[in-house]
Amino acid sequence: MQSLTNRSKVVSDKKMTFMEKIYLPAIIKGMMITITHFFSKKTTISYPEETRPFSPVYRGMHVLKRDDIGRERCTACGLCAVACPAEAITMIAAERKAGEENLYREEKYASSYEINMLRCIFCGDCEEACPKEAIFLTNRIVEAGYQREPFIFTKNELVEPLDPAKRIDVSKRQTKAVLEFKKNGNLPHNK
Amino acid sequence: METWELLSKIIFLFVILAITLVVAMYSTYAERKVAAFMQDRLGPNRAGPYGLLQPLADGLKMFMKEEIIPTMANRTLFILGPSIAMTTALLTGVVIPWGGNLTIAGHVISLQVADLNIGILYIFAMVSIGVYGIMLGGWASNNKYALLGSVRAASQMISYELAMGMAIIALVLTTGTLSLKEIVDQQQGWHWNIFYQPLGFLIFLVCAFAETNRAPFDLPECETELIGGYHTEYSSMKLGFYLFAEYINMFISAAVIATLYFGGYNFPFLNRLPLDANVLTILGSVVFFLKIFFLIFLFMWIRWTLPRFRYDQLMNLGWKGFIPISIANIMVTGVVIYFKELFF
Repeated sequence: MQSLTNRSKVVSDKKMTFMEKIYLPAIIKGMMITITHFFSKKTTISYPEETRPFSPVYRGMHVLKRDDIGRERCTACGLCAVACPAEAITMIAAERKAGEENLYREEKYASSYEINMLRCIFCGDCEEACPKEAIFLTNRIVEAGYQREPFIFTKNELVEPLDPAKRIDVSKRQTKAVLEFKKNGNLPHNK
Repeated sequence: METWELLSKIIFLFVILAITLVVAMYSTYAERKVAAFMQDRLGPNRAGPYGLLQPLADGLKMFMKEEIIPTMANRTLFILGPSIAMTTALLTGVVIPWGGNLTIAGHVISLQVADLNIGILYIFAMVSIGVYGIMLGGWASNNKYALLGSVRAASQMISYELAMGMAIIALVLTTGTLSLKEIVDQQQGWHWNIFYQPLGFLIFLVCAFAETNRAPFDLPECETELIGGYHTEYSSMKLGFYLFAEYINMFISAAVIATLYFGGYNFPFLNRLPLDANVLTILGSVVFFLKIFFLIFLFMWIRWTLPRFRYDQLMNLGWKGFIPISIANIMVTGVVIYFKELFF
């Protein structure tokens, strides 16, 4: 059989030669291996002080995006909830009233939007399903907790802040196709 | 014995005790660091700078733990076990020459507590009694794993003590004395015994690993098979004593090996340095401790390199390997010395 790494050795129980019997050459060989590891670079990441660099497409805690002038993008279509394999997403839709145009982008919005972070498997299917570019997974970590209740994230936790300085950058998670699509100003999506 | 001499001896005794304990304490830290480094990890680094307070934290933890004596255990022997292990481990330090002579205010102070003319035998006697600590502890626990561990410890120590003793006989043939001080003084310059007794050194080293229950000979306490071996039932500081005794034994073994085979506090060009005699003595002691620390590192290096022996392999190696080789070593040494005296 073709081996994958060419490093495998066929084991045999032949009689040991004298050099093998006195163990010493093998022991010294082993000690040389351990001493090189002794001086080699350590793989430990001392966590609170150092953090592991995240991949640009890391799938962590979700964000509900606002558009450039601060309106919520989500229109409560429910496609994310349908796409969710863990059934972690639930929402209640509501109609936009007059005077709320600066709050919500479309006529319909999610008055309540909840993700159960204990159910979520961070697959990213919700963001794939979203036609409005409203939900994205970010490189933020969902922190550990002692109770179950706080793990049901509501709009308070999920919607990104209004303050432009505190906006959450998801440009790295947007695919090339999406970026190309956004350039086309004629489409209603981008208005 | 004059008063100042007695006083200096007592002070020195306490200094040695303190050094032994501190070295043993920091051996636990060094062990964890060495293990971590050899496995590409960092090891303990949270308690104090570089984790240097880790041994204190460990000790404190041991003290705070609940003291448990099993109901079916033999209480007296259960307590006696770790006490013996600890006491005998500490007793061996007195015959080791930690340095030459210091001259303070006209008084010559030897950096050795007792220059016994049978120093080596004394160490062997103490080490042999140390086995009782393990045996009694394991038996008194009334636990089958502890008993198995102690039985293994006893048979292993007896097997390897033989080979160790015979390695020493060959050494004594070349040195002609049992006093550790004299053995050290004979090894001035480069006349280290390791060059005269390389095979004897190897046997002694391996047997020292076995005597101190260190990997690859840590069968008495192998965690994977015997859940801790002889100290399965121990908790709190009694467990601490067993573990600590092992590290003290390691320190003392390293000191004995350095004394017997690596010239003790001698180092080449010692006498050619234009320095005060006292400074030279202290320098010699420092060198001696460097040798000891290297040997302790060797103990750890081996431990984190080799897997544990199987029990039959252990016995084979001891009885069929080391004992014939050490007898041959004695014979060859004897013949060489005989012909050397005959012709030169």
